[in-house]
Amino acid sequence: MEPIFEFLFTYRYEIFIIVLASFLGIEVISHVPSVLHTPLMSGANAVSGVIIIGGIILLGHADLSRFSGELVFGMIAVFFATLNVAGGFVVTDRMLEMFRKKKQK
Amino acid sequence: MIQQTFTIGSAILDFSYLLSAILFVIGLKMLSKPETARAGNLWAAAGMLLAMITTLLLHKDPQGSLIQFQNAMLVLLVIAAGTVVGWIIARKIHMTAMPQMVSFYNATGGAASGLVALMEYGNPDNSSLLVTLLGMTVGNIAFSGSMIAYGKLDGKIKDWFSPVMKYINLFLLLLTITLVVILMLPGIDQGTARILVYVLFFLALVYGILFVMPIGGADMPVVISLLNSLTGVAAAMAGFIYDNQAMILGGILVGAAGTILTILMCRAMNRSLLNVIVGAFGGETSGTAVGISGIMREITLSDAGILLNYSQKVVIVPGYGLAAAQAQHVCRELDRLLSDRGVDVRYAIHPGAGRMPGHMNVLLAEAHVPYEKLVEMEHINPDMVNVDVAVIIGANDVVNPAALNDPSGPIYGMPIIRAHEAKNIIVIKRGMGKGYAAIENQLFYNDKTRMLFGNAKDVLHKLVDELKTM
Repeated sequence: MEPIFEFLFTYRYEIFIIVLASFLGIEVISHVPSVLHTPLMSGANAVSGVIIIGGIILLGHADLSRFSGELVFGMIAVFFATLNVAGGFVVTDRMLEMFRKKKQK
Repeated sequence: MIQQTFTIGSAILDFSYLLSAILFVIGLKMLSKPETARAGNLWAAAGMLLAMITTLLLHKDPQGSLIQFQNAMLVLLVIAAGTVVGWIIARKIHMTAMPQMVSFYNATGGAASGLVALMEYGNPDNSSLLVTLLGMTVGNIAFSGSMIAYGKLDGKIKDWFSPVMKYINLFLLLLTITLVVILMLPGIDQGTARILVYVLFFLALVYGILFVMPIGGADMPVVISLLNSLTGVAAAMAGFIYDNQAMILGGILVGAAGTILTILMCRAMNRSLLNVIVGAFGGETSGTAVGISGIMREITLSDAGILLNYSQKVVIVPGYGLAAAQAQHVCRELDRLLSDRGVDVRYAIHPGAGRMPGHMNVLLAEAHVPYEKLVEMEHINPDMVNVDVAVIIGANDVVNPAALNDPSGPIYGMPIIRAHEAKNIIVIKRGMGKGYAAIENQLFYNDKTRMLFGNAKDVLHKLVDELKTM
């Protein structure tokens, strides 16, 4: 039993954040009209590209003087994450652009 | 996690992350209201950009050194390349291909999480083993699963189902969890651990593939939404490695939002999430208890044209077939012709119509259908009895009365558009096939129903031409 409690204690702040952020996420989303489901899913998908920060840290501190996993996989990770972020936000904007156009009519 | 010491730069960095996280929350909140949605998307993007810039300028490794100039240049170069590619794909893609696009971008995010976590596993400064392993596993499952979902939606991969799959998948899942536990054991030999991590890396990829493989193409939206929330969780796990608030909050937000969206989608299709994953739908379920009676009656194009031309109220019920045939523009043309002649034309939107909830709204918006003409199911149903003609284009299960009157049927209880209450019904359909629930539709045999067989786009074109001559 003790290791479990030790684990919970060590990660208490993280657990707090996970639980509270989950509530926040549910609260923010739960009143969305079905019209916006697809754009919202696409926008949320773009936000999940936040892993790009991890990629930047990994590649940013990689040793460039030699061929290493950090270098190669760091580059791939940053590239993929950028696709996720840039593509995600642009696609979402494109969808929402059409909603606005017809509003002006 | 990797420990940090105080400097002014680190303080600024951490509070810029807080600001980014707030922008994510505000952005998602605004995205859930039609008036503010577009601005919300931009706010979220601004939050992402802020976190990227401050990380590049201010992030320090545990030894306290900033990101070197050459590294920063390399990072910027890769980001520039990714932005150009992502931007071009996002701009060129057809609106009908939107679901597979989201799936593809989701896959890239998952892959990035998997790779970052794999690399951090070998980092001696990284003391948070569990989140590293979880980030890698979840990221990889999201990656390979999303790629399969992408392939299925794009028609490149066929459904592949066998009853044994259920057990294989369960076994693989247990094996994955066991591996994580073994790697967590204190005193595990370092050499063995390194090999096992790679085994886990590939096992997660395989599990992702096999997990999505048996799920039918029509259920893909639910799966994508689920995988989307997994990518968020993977990003959050990686965030714990770096003790990075922007990543943690952004990731968990997406994880929670994705889960809620998944549940909302399942509800719209009257399915449980477990049902989708295990895939026990259709196939073995027995046919309807309520017998199908009557015969299908076809209608000629000119008769259909006349019927529509002399109606007062027309409701169009668009479905998956309309999206598949890319018929939204010609559908709008038909609507415009009729509206010019004084016919009141509206669209009845079922929450499950199209390939994703809300997808139909996007497609019709692209064809410049005014917002006011799109009526949600619960608002149109009470008025259905006053409708002269209901035109059903490529929809099937969402108008099947069996959902109301056949308690033994698999779709019983699913909310439907009450097209059968309209005075006349025209069904545009490719063939005599069934919907993805694989059951007969009594509506097609209704006395008031007339069928127009053919590809939705072709049929609508001919109908428009017919109307123009009147």
